[in-house]
Amino acid sequence: MDVTLKIWRQAGPEAKGEMKTYPISGVEEDMSFLEMLDYLNEQLIDQGIEPVVFDHDCREGICGMCSLFINGEAHGPGRKITTCQLHMREFKSGDTIYIEPFRAKAFPIIKDLMVDRSAFDRIQRAGGFISVNTSGNTIDANAIPVPKENADKAFDAATCIGCGACVATCKNSSAMLFASAKISQFSLLPQGQPEAKERVLNMVNQMDLEGFGNCTNTGACEVECPKGISLENIARMNRDYLFASLSSNK
Amino acid sequence: MALDSKIPAGPLGEKWTKHKGEIPLVSPANKRLIDVIVVGTGLAGSSAAASLAEMGYNVKAFCFQDSPRRAHSIAAQGGINAAKNYQNDGDSVYRLFYDTIKGGDYRSREANVHRLAEVSRNIIDQCVAQGVPFARDYGGLLDNRSFGGVQVSRTFYAKGQTGQQLLLGAYSALNRQIAKGRVKMYARHEMQELVVVDGKARGIIAKNLVTGEFERHSAHAVLLCTGGYGNVFFLSTNAMGSNVTAAWKAHRKGAYMANPCFTQIHPTCIPVSGENQSKLTLMSESLRNDGRIWVPAKKEDAEAIRGGKLHPNDIAEENRDYYLERRYPAFGNLVPRDVASRAAKERCDAGYGVNKTGEAVYLDFAAAIMRYGAEQAHVKGMKNPSDKDIKALGEKVVEAKYGNLFQMYEKITASNPYKEPMMIYPAVHYTMGGLWVDYNLMTSIPGCFALGEANFSDHGANRLGASALMQGLADGYFVAPYTVGEFLSKDIRTGAISTDSLEFEEAEKAVRERTDKFINNNGTKSVDFFHKRLGKIMWNEVGMARNEKGLKQAIADIQALREEFYADVRVLGSANGMNPELDKAGRVADLIELGELMAKDALERKESCGGHFREEYQSEEGEALRDDENFTFVSAWEFTGVPAEAKLHKEELTFENVELKTRSYK
Repeated sequence: MDVTLKIWRQAGPEAKGEMKTYPISGVEEDMSFLEMLDYLNEQLIDQGIEPVVFDHDCREGICGMCSLFINGEAHGPGRKITTCQLHMREFKSGDTIYIEPFRAKAFPIIKDLMVDRSAFDRIQRAGGFISVNTSGNTIDANAIPVPKENADKAFDAATCIGCGACVATCKNSSAMLFASAKISQFSLLPQGQPEAKERVLNMVNQMDLEGFGNCTNTGACEVECPKGISLENIARMNRDYLFASLSSNK
Repeated sequence: MALDSKIPAGPLGEKWTKHKGEIPLVSPANKRLIDVIVVGTGLAGSSAAASLAEMGYNVKAFCFQDSPRRAHSIAAQGGINAAKNYQNDGDSVYRLFYDTIKGGDYRSREANVHRLAEVSRNIIDQCVAQGVPFARDYGGLLDNRSFGGVQVSRTFYAKGQTGQQLLLGAYSALNRQIAKGRVKMYARHEMQELVVVDGKARGIIAKNLVTGEFERHSAHAVLLCTGGYGNVFFLSTNAMGSNVTAAWKAHRKGAYMANPCFTQIHPTCIPVSGENQSKLTLMSESLRNDGRIWVPAKKEDAEAIRGGKLHPNDIAEENRDYYLERRYPAFGNLVPRDVASRAAKERCDAGYGVNKTGEAVYLDFAAAIMRYGAEQAHVKGMKNPSDKDIKALGEKVVEAKYGNLFQMYEKITASNPYKEPMMIYPAVHYTMGGLWVDYNLMTSIPGCFALGEANFSDHGANRLGASALMQGLADGYFVAPYTVGEFLSKDIRTGAISTDSLEFEEAEKAVRERTDKFINNNGTKSVDFFHKRLGKIMWNEVGMARNEKGLKQAIADIQALREEFYADVRVLGSANGMNPELDKAGRVADLIELGELMAKDALERKESCGGHFREEYQSEEGEALRDDENFTFVSAWEFTGVPAEAKLHKEELTFENVELKTRSYK
């Protein structure tokens, strides 16, 4: 199939960027979207044009490194997938495909389609852990039974891959789905209780410091989330935050 | 240098406890004077960095990804083994030890493997305390499943995302230390060179991938937790960025590479679809708990399927060949990976493959769906449920167990595995070989350690499923943080290591020259062009079946490829700023050298064992023929300038607790 690609090119963080047009033929429908970009890059190299820079690594939808805003959607058309899981069979010959980076104030562009998402790491560092030393001398793993329902919900929240699609999709560039997923995971488990109040206060505070916006409940993040992280987590975070704000000693 | 594995004396079960008790301690005040570099932030790296920082060392951690959480451990699916015996099915530390030694085809160290089995139990306790959400049963206790090569249920899991959950656990421990300022994290940094001062590893040259700048980082010890080198085959289940550069740089500086030819070809991956494919995707081994593997019993049926004239669901039960169940009745579909892979290749080579390329077999869940469905119908008290009802109920159970894997499969292949059997074929997945290390996980360069997949020590010639996660975390949480003390306790008076020394200067110069060479090469072919060719040579001659003629050819071909690569590779852009093509060129250059050494190692190991199958050494039934008399040793290779002329050092393996037997899963 033949497609026309319109790709955001930007030489560096401070450079001015623009959309460039690259017609490409011989695309196969079994190619993943990123394999199509590899294929384009091979052709660009042959023509002496610098290849398009984009983040990617595992190419099986779990590392969270790939991003891309494709035709106005984070990770492109299709639900519950990352860009690396998107295949060209979702497009047809003759299509024009717009490819842009994830855009948010807190995600500055590094080059072309690659952005800096280290703000997410800093939110995690503010409290996304349980303060237990790694000695291995803890209690037996089965000493505290966890109701299956809670364990399953904690797992569902924990499956967040930190890709940033929620932020890129949100009209407010809010990171609440991301932060609430980690807060919920620990909030639902007995091991997370001792630090629960501090955790939610610190992580929310860091989120604000990084320049992410607030949630206005449009729910776009949940729709675009490749892992189907539920909005319920934001509700839980808000509940926990309110409770912590009113009852914390700090 | 003579190889000294430094295995402690004493009975097997007491070696680790005794050794741990005898390692010199470094006082908290002195730990603050000691710097440690950790390269890589997968399970081994994150857990080691967190643990060392917690103990009081100053840690610098490096990863080439944009965040430590992206390391490829994240993609591990099925589970992690631990000898907890929660299922009360007769498991024990000894049994896990024994299964691992046997599964590794008797080419690993008894003492290391026993230590691994011992600490396996702590891992689960630790992870649960960190909030890792393992699967639980309705009573709220931890659930287990079975993996290949064993007859107990000792695998802990979190759906098909166990690696992700364990890595995020280690990442959280790492974050806690970063927040405290105990670990300094360098993301989007790649190690380019190891710096050796007075015979000891004292630092690295790292490249800031965003700015293109080279940075000197010194430390009293360097831990390489940089994973495996499966990408030498171009197509593998590894992430695109996974590479051998850190380990290879250490090898070039004097660290021995051990058993590099021991590669794991995983039996259940999604088959190759076309020339432009960039990577292969694993379908977890856990699927073999419930999936049955088969090909048509009649060649004409296989041909009809390949031609699109017949659907697998239309082949009657008696015309299907469940070849694993047929050949290995005791273990059936749960034979170890090497055995399952070779059996698939044998059927496909014989003309029974089922996709367009003839390189695929079926993994079928129809029987499991009906079995689970009937069970559910019974539980729900349904009287005379229809087949349709049973199927619907069964599909739900299978979805709960493997939902994300089935979704992944459907996204990639556009075929629904609930309705028709999956197609799978073996693919490169893991490398048992790696840097040679002693019992303390130290390489042959003092002060340079290797953890996790980057070392060679625990899996012998074949790794059992759900053991990689166990080893990564064991090394990082519970082994290296203690064993580094033996080396570092001698460094309490050393003081900070200067980065102004001649050694640092020379190392940085070498890196700069190499970078400039690529940028100014003005060749005509892309990096991937060479990488793909390397992959083809490796897969054809150093893949699932190897022979003398092919291996010799591979060495010659790789040497020619290397010359061509340096003469004709084209890297656009500049050395300043982000340039992924340039970074890839450096990685592929090292993979080419490694490939040559792998072929050499495979050529010299004149036996078949585990993942290393030499066609010349097989029984009449096509089973692997090990040669214990002549090859019960670890091949540790010393770099001499040309990979194929590396010098062989042998570490003899002694088995005092396990009797060497022909591995049988019949």
